[in-house]
Amino acid sequence: MSSWLEKFFIQNGLVVTFLAVALIMLLSSLISHRVTKRKIPDSAVAIFLGLLLAYVGGRIAKGTKGIADISVFSGFGIMGGAMFRDFAVVSTAMGASFEEIRKSGLIGLSSLFVGVAGTFVLGAGLAVAFGYTAARDITTIGAGACTFIVGPITGAAIGAESHIIAISIAAGVFKSILVTIATPALAKYIGLDNPQAAMAYGGLMGTTSGVTAGLAATDPKLVPYGAMTATFYTGLGCLLCPSVLYYLVRLIA
Amino acid sequence: MTIYGVGILAACYLAGQLLGELLGRFIGIDANIGGVGFAMILLILTNDKLMKKNLLPPATQQGILFWSFMYIPVIVAMSATQNVYAAFSGGFVAIAVGTIPTGAMFFLIPLLTRIRHAKDKKP
Repeated sequence: MSSWLEKFFIQNGLVVTFLAVALIMLLSSLISHRVTKRKIPDSAVAIFLGLLLAYVGGRIAKGTKGIADISVFSGFGIMGGAMFRDFAVVSTAMGASFEEIRKSGLIGLSSLFVGVAGTFVLGAGLAVAFGYTAARDITTIGAGACTFIVGPITGAAIGAESHIIAISIAAGVFKSILVTIATPALAKYIGLDNPQAAMAYGGLMGTTSGVTAGLAATDPKLVPYGAMTATFYTGLGCLLCPSVLYYLVRLIA
Repeated sequence: MTIYGVGILAACYLAGQLLGELLGRFIGIDANIGGVGFAMILLILTNDKLMKKNLLPPATQQGILFWSFMYIPVIVAMSATQNVYAAFSGGFVAIAVGTIPTGAMFFLIPLLTRIRHAKDKKP
C-alpha cells in the first residue's frame, strides 16, 4: 500500500475501526440469517469472525494483539482495548436490577471461590499429568487455567520461567476463546437463561472477555450479571494462586 | 443533554475502577479487584436515585444507552485483538489446561443454581 494512504488510515485509526466493525456486523447478520437460518445469533457470528481476524493478524504480523498489530488496523486496539470494553460493560448495568444482584449475591460469591479453586486444581492436576514436577511450574500452569492475567501474575510472583508463563498465558487465551464459543451453544442445556445463573456462570468462568462475549452472543440482557461477578475473579485468582494455593501445591509436590 | 449521561457513566466508571485499584493495592497485589463490578453497582444506584427524582430525561439516558448499544461491537473489536495465534501455537498442554477445567466448570452452573432453587422452595 502506498505510504500516504497507509498514513491516512493510521491517523484515522479509531474511525477506520468503527467502519470495519460495522461491516463485520453487517456481514455477520447476513451469515446468521441466510446461512444458519438464525440458528446462530449474529453477535456470535461476529465475535467468531473477530477471533478469526485475530488469528490472521497474529499470523501475518507475528505480534500479540491480533489484527491490531497490522498498522492500518491499529484502531482495533483502541476500540477493543480494556478502557472501551470496561466502559461499555459498565453501561449495560442501566438495564440490570439491583434486587436480582442482591438476591444472588451469595451464589455469586460461592461461585467465585468454587471457580478459582476448582479451575486451579484441575489445571494443576493436568500439569502433573503432563509431567511437570516443580511446584512453581504446576502452580503457574494451574493459575493459567484461571485467566490469562492470573497465570503470568502468579508466575512472576513465584519466579516461574518464561516458557512456563507463556504456556499459562496461552491456556488462559484458549479458555477465553472456548467460553466465547461454547456459551451460546451450551446455554440451553445448563439453564443459562436468568440473572442468577448468569451470576454463577460469571463467577465460575471468570475470564471477563470470554464471559462478556459469550453472554452477549447468548442474551445481551444477561451481560451485566455475568460481568458483575467475573470482574472479581481475576482479582481473587491473583490473590489465592501465588499464596494459599501455591503453598498447598508445595505441601503436596 | 446527552453529554450529562456520558458524564454520569464516566463518573461511575472512574469511581468504581479507582475503588478496584485501591482494593488491589490495599491487599498488596498488582491488579484491579472488581473495579467494573463496583462501577456497575454505582451506576445502578445512581440511575435509581435520579429516576425517582425525575432527573433523568430521555436525552440524558441516551448518553448511557448509546454505550450499551455499542457493547457488542466493542466486544467484536476486542475478540479481533486477542492473541489467538499464540494460543494455537502454545502446544497441547495449553489447549488441555485451557479447555478441560473450563468444560468441567460449565456443568457446575446448573448445580449452583439448583441449590438456590431448592432453598427458595423451602417455606
